[in-house]
Amino acid sequence: MTQLTGHSASLDFSQPEPVDMSSGKYVKLWQGPQHPGITGNMSLELTLDGDEIIECKTHVGYLHRAFEKLMEGRNYIQNFTVVCRIAVPEPAFNEYLYAEGLEQLSGIEAPERAQWIRTLNLEMMRLASFMMWIGGQSGAFGLYTVPNWTIAYRDYVLDLFEEMTGGRIYHMYMVPGGVRFDLPKDFDKRVKEVMDGAEKLLDQVERVMYNNVVFKARSKGLGIITPEMVDPYGIVGPNARASGIKRDLRKDEPYLVYDQLDFDIISGTGADAYERAYLRLQETRQCISLIRQCMDRMPRSGPLQAEMPNVLHWKIPPGETYVKAECTRGEYGYFMVTDGTEYIRRVFVRGPSYTHAIAVMEKLAVGTNIADIAGLMVSLHTYPPEIER
Amino acid sequence: MNLKDLLSPFYVWQRAFEKPYTSMRPIEERPGSPSYRGFHINVADTCVGCGCCHTICQNDAIDMVPVEKYSGNKGDSGLRPRFDYGRCCWCALCVDMCTAGSLRLSNEYIWTSREPADFMFVAGVEEKHWQDNELGYRREKSYHLYPPRRIEMEMLSPDESIEGFDEVVKGYDVEQAKKEADRCIECGMCVATCPAHMDVPDYIKSIRDGDYDEGLRLMYRTNPFPATCGRICTRRCESVCPVGLQGDSIAIRWLKRHIVDQVDAKDYARILNDNIEENGKQVAVIGAGPGGLSAAYYLRKKGYEVSVYEAQDKAGGMLRYGVPGYRLPDSGLDKDINYIVSLGVEIRNNTRIGTDISFESLLNDYDAVFLSTGLSVPSSMRINGEDHPRVLSGLQVLADAASGRDPGIGNKVAVIGGGNVAMDASRVSRRLGADVTILYRRRISDMPADIEEIHEAQEEACTIVTQAIPVEIMDAPDEKQVIIKWGEAEMVQDPKGGRPRPVLQEDRMHEDTYDCIISAIGQGSNLDYLSKEVQEQLAIEWGRFTPGEYQHTSLEKVFVGGDVANRTADAISAIEDGHHAARGIDRFLRPEMYTELDQEIS
Repeated sequence: MTQLTGHSASLDFSQPEPVDMSSGKYVKLWQGPQHPGITGNMSLELTLDGDEIIECKTHVGYLHRAFEKLMEGRNYIQNFTVVCRIAVPEPAFNEYLYAEGLEQLSGIEAPERAQWIRTLNLEMMRLASFMMWIGGQSGAFGLYTVPNWTIAYRDYVLDLFEEMTGGRIYHMYMVPGGVRFDLPKDFDKRVKEVMDGAEKLLDQVERVMYNNVVFKARSKGLGIITPEMVDPYGIVGPNARASGIKRDLRKDEPYLVYDQLDFDIISGTGADAYERAYLRLQETRQCISLIRQCMDRMPRSGPLQAEMPNVLHWKIPPGETYVKAECTRGEYGYFMVTDGTEYIRRVFVRGPSYTHAIAVMEKLAVGTNIADIAGLMVSLHTYPPEIER
Repeated sequence: MNLKDLLSPFYVWQRAFEKPYTSMRPIEERPGSPSYRGFHINVADTCVGCGCCHTICQNDAIDMVPVEKYSGNKGDSGLRPRFDYGRCCWCALCVDMCTAGSLRLSNEYIWTSREPADFMFVAGVEEKHWQDNELGYRREKSYHLYPPRRIEMEMLSPDESIEGFDEVVKGYDVEQAKKEADRCIECGMCVATCPAHMDVPDYIKSIRDGDYDEGLRLMYRTNPFPATCGRICTRRCESVCPVGLQGDSIAIRWLKRHIVDQVDAKDYARILNDNIEENGKQVAVIGAGPGGLSAAYYLRKKGYEVSVYEAQDKAGGMLRYGVPGYRLPDSGLDKDINYIVSLGVEIRNNTRIGTDISFESLLNDYDAVFLSTGLSVPSSMRINGEDHPRVLSGLQVLADAASGRDPGIGNKVAVIGGGNVAMDASRVSRRLGADVTILYRRRISDMPADIEEIHEAQEEACTIVTQAIPVEIMDAPDEKQVIIKWGEAEMVQDPKGGRPRPVLQEDRMHEDTYDCIISAIGQGSNLDYLSKEVQEQLAIEWGRFTPGEYQHTSLEKVFVGGDVANRTADAISAIEDGHHAARGIDRFLRPEMYTELDQEIS
C-alpha cells in the first residue's frame, strides 16, 4: 500500500473541543444550500480559521419530501411512480430496487429478457450519472470546459432513455413484474453510435481534465479516505474502492444478469479526490463496455412482464426484505416491510449519500481550505434527496 | 510539475472546429421520441368513463366529469377524464390501466398559456392540436395491470350434460373465485346497469376478503334470489363490464353463485339477522315468481304479514317451471325460497285467483295487493295448422320436464324461435333423447337468447337453421308426425335504420317431417282473473301493466311488477320490481314513516 499523504483522517470518534466563537478568531460560513446544480440542496456550516476549515457540520432539510412516508399511503403500483424521485440523477436504481423488492415479497419473477433490459437500463443510468459527475467535479475545481462537454453529451444518453422508456429523467420504466415495453426498433444502432461517441469523449476528457496540472494540483491529496475508515463510516462504492477496498455488489452478490457479464472490480490506492475521480473515469469506460455486452448478449425476444395480479387491490403477504444494488455511489438499498394489506408498511431507503455527505464529509472537511470544499463535496458524489427520503 | 500536464489541457482547442451539440430549432428539429410520455389523448367515443384512470392516478390529477354527449349511453358512465396538468406527473399509469384502450399519450410536450386554468382539460372532448398525433406512449397489447382473461368455468362436457338434468356449470372453487374476484376494477358500471342495482364490487370484494357472510348480506340488500340469479341471471352487468372491452368481463354471475354456494342454508338466519317488527298490516301477493316473492321478502322485513297466492303446486313461477334443472336445479331455487318462507311469508299453493278466490275479496281483505302473475300464455305463430296436436308450446315442454312428466315430444323435433325458451326447450328435448332442429327467422347474431345458451345448444348438437320462416303446418301420413312448411329468408336492411328484416323467398320452400314441433316465439299475459271493470281501471297496454313510479296503479291498493309489468321480462327486473313495490306499498300504507325530505329526495 502506498504511503498516504495529506490530511489523513484518524479514527478518533471523540467529540472535538467546542470552538470558542467569542474569541473572534473564527468565522462561520455557510456553503449552500443555494447550490441547486452540483451537490443539490444541502448546506455545510463551516467554521473557519483564516481560510482553513476547523469544523464542518452538514445541514439538510431543504429538500424533505417524505418519500418513505408518502409511499405508505399509496398502493404498490402507485409508488412505482414515486420512487424515481428519490435520487434525481439516478432514478433507475430506485425503480429497480423497488420493483425487485416487491417481486421478492410477492414471489413474482421478472422474465429473463426484462432482467437484461433492466441491467442495460441501470448501466445506461450509471453512464449518464458519471457523465454529469465528471462535469461537476471538473467545474468544482474551476475547469468549466469539461462540464460543457460531458453534461451536453449526457443528453445523448438521455435521448436513448427517452426512446427506451418514454421519459428523459423519470423513466418509470421498470415496473414491478418486468419492464413496461420493448426496446424500440434499431435501438442497438443508436446505442452503438452514442457509445462510440462517449468513448471518444472520455479520451478527450482524460487529456483535458485528468492530465491537467491544475486539476492534479487541487485534487491530489484532498479528502483522503483511509482503508480503516471504510467500515466504521459505512463508506461504499468508488469512495471505498479508491482506498483499495475491492467491494462491488455487482460482483460480490450478483443481481440481475451481472454474473453473465465480463468485468472486474476496479480499485485504486490513492484514496484521495484524484484517485476517486480517475476511478470513476475508468468505471465510466467499464460501463460503456457493459452496455455493449448487454446489447450483444440479451435474448432477442421473450416476454417482458410476469403475470401480475390486479394492481388495484394487490395485497402482498406479510414479510420483509432488504434489496440492494451497486449504484454509481455504492450500495443502494431498500428495506421493505409488508403487512398483508394493499399498502406497504414501511420502506427504508439506504442511500450511500447519507453517510458520505454527513459523517464522512464532516470528517474530511476539517483541515482543508475553503476553496476546496466544493471539490470535496463533489468528490464524495452525494445526492441530497436520498439523504432526506 | 509535469510539462505534459501543462500542455495537455490546450487540447480543448481541437474541439473548436467540431459541430456544436446544441440544436438551434429544438421545437422543429427535436420532437418527442415515438414512445414519449407527452400530453394525453383520449378517444372519447371509445372511452366508457369507467374511471380507472382516476382510481390509479396517485396525484389526483384526473377527475371524471360529465360530458353531455355520452350521458345515457348503455355501458357508459357519461363521464370522461379531465386532466389537471398542475398535478400530472406523466407516469402514464392511467394509460396502462385504461380498460377501453382509449387513452394514450402523445409525444407533444410544449404548451404555453397565460391562463393557469387552461391546463385542466377533458382530453378528446376539448379540441387540442395533439389530438391526432400518432406518436407517443401507448400500452403494449401484452401488458396489463390486471389479468384480462377470465378464470375458466368447469362444465360438464356436452356428452355428459345431455345424459340428464344435472347442472352443467360446476361452479368456482374458493381459489378460482378469489382469482376471478381479483380481476374486478371496482368501477361500478355493473351497479348502474343491474336492474336491481346490486352492490357488485362490494360483494366481489367480500370474496377476495374471504368474508362470505358479508357477501351474502350485501346481496340480500337488493336481491333475495342470489342462488337463482347466480345461475340464470341475464347479467347485463357483465355486458357492460369494462374489463370485457379488452379481455373477458368479470364472471359476476358465477361469483354471486360462489358466495351462495359457500354459505350453508342453516346459517342464513344468523348471518342475515332479519329482525322483524310486526306492523299489523297485511299484503296479498299474487304469483310466487321472483317478482312476487321479492316483494314478499322486503314487505316481510318491514313487518307486514304477507300471503302469496300461487296457482301451481310449488312456488317459483318461471324459475321453477320455465328454467330447466341443468341450469337452475331445484336445490338452488329452494335455498332462496326457503329463506323467504322462514321469515314467515305464507305461500298458498294451488290457489288460483279468479277461480278459487276472487280478486275483489283480496282487495277487501288486505291492505294492499301486489300482482306479479308473469307471462304464461305462449304467443301464436299465426300460421295455418298451428293448432295441430303435434304442435307443443315451449313453455309446456319445460313445465312438464320440470314436473317430471313426459311431454311426449318423440325422437325428432323442430323448435321454432331464438330466445332463451327456445334454447331451453331444445336442450331439454336433447336430454329427452330427441334430435333437435331450431328454426329461427333471423341470424344467430339477432337471437335474443343468451350467447352462452346458444353455444351450449350447438355443442349439445342442436342444429340451428337460421333465416327460416315457418309458413304452414300440415298433417303427416303418420298421425304421430307433423309436416312443417318453411321458407328461406333474405335479410333486408330497414330503410328507416332499424334492425334488418327477414323477407320470405317464395321460391325457396322446404317441407320437413318431425315428430313434433315446439313453438317458442314468446309469451303473453293471462289477466282473466281480473274482472272487466278492474282491467279497465288498471292501465294495460298490449297485455302488460304500465305501473307508476312506485309500481302503483290507478287502482288504489293495487301494485304490479314482474314480467307482466316491465318490458325487459327477466328475473332480475322482476326482483327489482318486487323490491320497489315493497317500498311503494310501505309508503302507501305507512306514510308517517317517510319525512317530507325523503319524499323530496325520492
